Amino acid sequence: MKKLFAASVVMASCFFGSAHAADIKKPECIAPAKPGGGFDLTCRVAQGGIGDKLGNPMQVSFMPGGIGAVAITLFNTTRTDDPNAIVAFSSGSLLNIATGKYGEWTENDVRFLATVGADFGAVIVRADSEFKTLDDLMNKVKADESSLAIGAGGSVGSQDWMKAALLLKAVDRDPRKMIYVAYDGGGDALTGLLGGSIDVYTGDIGEMTAHLETGQLRVLAVMSPDRLPAPFADIPTTKELGYDAEWTIIRGFYMGKNVSDDAYDKWVAAFKEAYGSEEFAKIQHDKGLLPLNIAGKDLDDNVKERIQKLRAIAKEAGLIQ
Amino acid sequence: MNEVLTGLSGGFGVALMPLNLLLVLIGCFAGTLIGALPGIGPINGVAILLPIAYSMGLPPESALILLAGIYYGAEYGGRISSILLNVPGDAGAVMTTLDGNPMAKRGEAGRALSISAVASFVGGTIAVILMSLFGPFLAKFALTFTPADYVALMVFAFASLSSLVGKNQVKTLMGAAIGLMLATVGIDANTGVPRYTGGIPDILAGFDFLVVVIGFFGMAELIHLVEQQVSGKLKLLPIGKSFVTWKDLMQIRWTMLRSSIIGFIIGVLPGVGASVASAVTYGTEMRMAGEDRKKFGTGDPRGLAAPEAGNNAAAGGAMVPMLTLGIPGSGTTAILLGALMLFNVTPGPMMFEQRPEIAWGLIASMYIGNLALLVINLPLVGLFARMLTIPQKYLSPLIAVLAFIGVYSVVGNPFDLLLIIGFGIFGWILRKLEFSLAPIILGFVLGHLFEDNLRRALSISRGDWSILISSWESIGLYVMAVLIVILPVLVSYRNKRKA
Repeated sequence: MKKLFAASVVMASCFFGSAHAADIKKPECIAPAKPGGGFDLTCRVAQGGIGDKLGNPMQVSFMPGGIGAVAITLFNTTRTDDPNAIVAFSSGSLLNIATGKYGEWTENDVRFLATVGADFGAVIVRADSEFKTLDDLMNKVKADESSLAIGAGGSVGSQDWMKAALLLKAVDRDPRKMIYVAYDGGGDALTGLLGGSIDVYTGDIGEMTAHLETGQLRVLAVMSPDRLPAPFADIPTTKELGYDAEWTIIRGFYMGKNVSDDAYDKWVAAFKEAYGSEEFAKIQHDKGLLPLNIAGKDLDDNVKERIQKLRAIAKEAGLIQ
Repeated sequence: MNEVLTGLSGGFGVALMPLNLLLVLIGCFAGTLIGALPGIGPINGVAILLPIAYSMGLPPESALILLAGIYYGAEYGGRISSILLNVPGDAGAVMTTLDGNPMAKRGEAGRALSISAVASFVGGTIAVILMSLFGPFLAKFALTFTPADYVALMVFAFASLSSLVGKNQVKTLMGAAIGLMLATVGIDANTGVPRYTGGIPDILAGFDFLVVVIGFFGMAELIHLVEQQVSGKLKLLPIGKSFVTWKDLMQIRWTMLRSSIIGFIIGVLPGVGASVASAVTYGTEMRMAGEDRKKFGTGDPRGLAAPEAGNNAAAGGAMVPMLTLGIPGSGTTAILLGALMLFNVTPGPMMFEQRPEIAWGLIASMYIGNLALLVINLPLVGLFARMLTIPQKYLSPLIAVLAFIGVYSVVGNPFDLLLIIGFGIFGWILRKLEFSLAPIILGFVLGHLFEDNLRRALSISRGDWSILISSWESIGLYVMAVLIVILPVLVSYRNKRKA
């Protein structure tokens, strides 16, 4: 039994432990989750989009556990200077950092590298809902924040909850009084919306592509800074409707804190080169992402600013003291 | 009705094309093998093979037919290791161990395998027929099922299990309680607070279902085998040449029919899968058996046929919300949904109009797939049964390796390998104390669903408990739950008075 276990641990470490080579000899993208989710998708965009800029084929590996905590711990303990590996992150990971879910690790313990695109929050109701516009909905919220049930695929304190909380904050209502129903993933939440259990679903616009033409749902607003390209061009933004509730789901990568500037710059250059190419744009589009291309120092600054904002919101919403 | 027939005939036209026929056969065969491996169930089978199917450059309907073949094949195959080794291949096959394994231990492995193959066929086929006839209607019904109704369904499931399995009811209840406790570990969805994680980041998201099943069943069984071997108590299993008889089929015909219908309805509900279906059907059959109830758990064909018909019918039922509404009803259908999107097909009501060759081709391939599985599986019964003739000293390490690889390939976190060992030792100790392990697994599955839905319901009602009895579906389920508990007591009381 013991031997068996030892054997599998050895196997496991072969799988994970890429050699600390000086060049991007064995490019590896780590999705800190099980196959099939958003992190997997993030890595696939990198694999297809910048794969040919690295000289060697990129491998995607999975490191699930604790909503990304396992991966960030590993990159702060044993692989802090691994020049070959990039780890996928999303706004959800940033929120986890902001609310302290990753324990002692913060935004200063990793080097943010580059993005592969973005998705945006969306406010969705049933087609036969009494809310025809976002104003209808917000007026109801203003009158009584607990008069309607808002649901989404994540727990309280997750990105999905945050979108709903931001909407309430935009009209100076207390997110803590909101009726929030936590479903197990977007599919379940959609079922709840269609079945009438919840009145509003704060989802993502990317997943709506498939549902736009069915006529069962209405997207009241998208939480992006500007109008999105087709097929979403007709959907107003929260901002233009006068509500300060923006939610960008950013998707990208970080590296270990002690990675040399040399290695980091090589990766940044590869991403910047890819941003200009048509193939990258095509892969981004095919995977349901909207363009948001930032790499290097710009991203590091951008992300740190985001996390500061998130901390402020989380504090106001009572998620952290 | 005409629409259905036209659609189906078009679908059979697609599914019977030589390439697609070949693919469904390959898919079913590969699926059976994948399902037979402990730890690798339909979800992983489909997830692992999806990129391969995509890269083969097949037309979308052919690729889907291949993947769907793997899906039913794996549902079929899950029973093999349950029966022969007492190690369920996936969640839906946990109940199959209860009567399947005792039959194999009596030397009736062939009979058990063939009975379960027939029951799976009946369950799968009835599910497809119901799906072709009532699919869209049922999908709408599933949508009206609110969190409060799910709570009632879970109460019903618990009730139908209440006196189930194990000679000692107190230990059964304690087992279920252990399962419920395991289900509470992880970040609480309604407050965002980590519960019972002890600061270990690996379990922030809770225990993976597979880890619990493989730990409590697979590892515990292995430790038990090794212990018997060391103490020299290991008995060689008799391998008789047995097969399903006409008498068996007559005995289980109503069991199969009832279980198929119940399993299908449960499968249609999003989020409730084969594991709940097999638990409810087993419990129902046990209640229906009256005085024969004591035979359940000792190798009764009905106890084997019920969960097998139930879980295969549920697998078919789970396809309904995915095909008709574009909402996945289970983990596997979520992956199939992803596959559809990959081929630029939008699932939902539009699919039947825009891409009928895919929608109906897939449904027709399910009819063919079920038949193919029966035809492939019956002749192989003897071969599978002979697995038991592998000497224990080779078999145990083999199972261990497969279980470790299964868990690692799916979950990919070395910490989970430690967890399955921990659960295995815990399960082995419980076995020594004469606990039955199935209630733990069921408590774990039902506990998750029960808590999530109860808290959703209470969020929606602002904490008003009356929401739980606010619909006829809920009330009906509660009434059935009460009846299922008290009827046997009443019946036996009346019988005693008569006597």
